[in-house]
Amino acid sequence: MTYTDSAIIQVSGLHKYFGKLHVLKGIDETVMQGEKVAVIGPSGSGKSTFLRCLNLLEIPTDGTIFIDGLEITRPQAKVDAIRRKMGMVFQHFNLFPHLSVMKNITLSPYLTRDRRESTAQLSRKHFKEEINERALALLDKVGLTDKADSYPAQLSGGQKQRVAIARALAMEPKIMLFDEPTSALDPEMVREVLQVMRDLAGEGMTMVLVTHEMDFARDVANRVLFMDEGHIVERGAPEQIFTNPIQERTRSFLSKVL
Amino acid sequence: MSEFFNNLWQNFLETDSGFEFYRAFIRDDRYQLFFSGMWVTIRLSAMALLFGTLIGLFITFLSLCKSNKHTVLPIKILIKTGNIFAGIYLDIIRGTPLIVQVMLWYFVIIGPLPINLQPLLVAGIAFGVNSGAYLSEIFRAGILSVDKGQAEAGRSLGMTRFTTMWRIVLPQAIKNVLPTIANEYIVLIKETAIAFVIGVPDIIRAAQVVNSRIFNPMMPFLGATVMYYIIIKFLSIIFKILEKRLRRVDTR
Ligand SMILES: Nc1ncnc2c1ncn2[C@@H]1O[C@H](COP(=O)(O)OP(=O)(O)OP(=O)(O)O)[C@@H](O)[C@H]1O
Ligand SMILES: [Mg+2]
Repeated sequence: MTYTDSAIIQVSGLHKYFGKLHVLKGIDETVMQGEKVAVIGPSGSGKSTFLRCLNLLEIPTDGTIFIDGLEITRPQAKVDAIRRKMGMVFQHFNLFPHLSVMKNITLSPYLTRDRRESTAQLSRKHFKEEINERALALLDKVGLTDKADSYPAQLSGGQKQRVAIARALAMEPKIMLFDEPTSALDPEMVREVLQVMRDLAGEGMTMVLVTHEMDFARDVANRVLFMDEGHIVERGAPEQIFTNPIQERTRSFLSKVL
Repeated sequence: MSEFFNNLWQNFLETDSGFEFYRAFIRDDRYQLFFSGMWVTIRLSAMALLFGTLIGLFITFLSLCKSNKHTVLPIKILIKTGNIFAGIYLDIIRGTPLIVQVMLWYFVIIGPLPINLQPLLVAGIAFGVNSGAYLSEIFRAGILSVDKGQAEAGRSLGMTRFTTMWRIVLPQAIKNVLPTIANEYIVLIKETAIAFVIGVPDIIRAAQVVNSRIFNPMMPFLGATVMYYIIIKFLSIIFKILEKRLRRVDTR
């Protein structure tokens, strides 16, 4: 196991309503530091909503969420500071089309510089240089050094998603959230994105991943959550969930997708 | 060469229209009146564009503010008040004629105040407040046209609501509605032509003054037409260039 035994995400009694629609019906879940958790389940079961509650893109209707020891569901919680601990990768990349690849990656680290104490003593210029260097290193990591000055419209889907991952990593998050990062990609581009994610997993990053890539989930995840109709119906090690599910609903879902 | 043109010019002045031209623009240095009118129109337009844009952005901000379940009560009330204020403002501006608004500002709102504002400044305020309403509708449409994922990406990176709006959403919104903004600016410049009702010495005023001296409206108003056309052409060229620039990023 690559993870320690300290909890980094603790969710309890999480409910989410959209108007009258009850989407999350009491989620309890703890994710350990360094853990890779795959969330699977049928469409509309609340996977995205669950993930988005973790960084408050959706505000939970009820329940508590602790991230890295801080309760983010308190009204006074410093939302922006909490989000900086978590990177999020979206199905449709959501790169900023009006900014170059480099700017996409460096904008947020640069704009949020004053609020990060580790760099308080650095001068503005020095800080900018440091951010640029780190951005280049990240581009190198995702294999796109030559695209630094391109604009998103000039990239393929797989390249866009790799830039999006680099952009999220530039904030030096402790947790990465992925919402179906490969669903919008052509098959031949899926692999390059999964490879980047596999590397990241190998470095000990805590990852929560909503996915339809069952092979990848089996391969990389430490734990799999199966969601249906707003509940986590079953959870367990990938081998167990994929080969020997206990719940009938899990079984019927897997028989359709595997 | 210069003698050739000089002759041509003299010959022109001896024709009927040449004479009218001479009376309207040259005699008593009347061209100066027109040029100072044009300069006033340009200043008025610039003021109105600036005020209108700022007011428009502010109203857009007021009308898009929303509270959620974590918002504390005083802020909630503030946001609600802002929403309502923006609604009333849009309603009044769109529901009344511009000329009435201009006169209202000059005679009723600012007139009785113990300050002495130039008609030009009053007109700038009146036109700015007016076009702020239309611009805010345009900005709002632009903001709503930007994919929600853009704001979410910004927020998920830890940028504040304001920074996300300013650096991520607004640039894309403005780009999407740039032609509409250009259009509104052009309408605004043309509408400044009614500023003469409160005595702003603009292009129209110059044309009227000259007309009242020579009793022939043709040349003065042709002159006014050309001047407005030049100002507006200049603005549209600037916007064309801007659009081309902004569009560069989505070419493959
Ligand atoms: N902003 C919203 N407003 C109203 N309803 C929403 C909203 N977001 C999601 N829903 C509803 O909540 C339910 C769960 O949606 P969610 O996106 O979490 O499902 P999902 O498991 O991610 O599905 P998929 O696999 O299709 O992405 C769906 O019925 C959806 O229509
Ligand atoms: Mg989803």
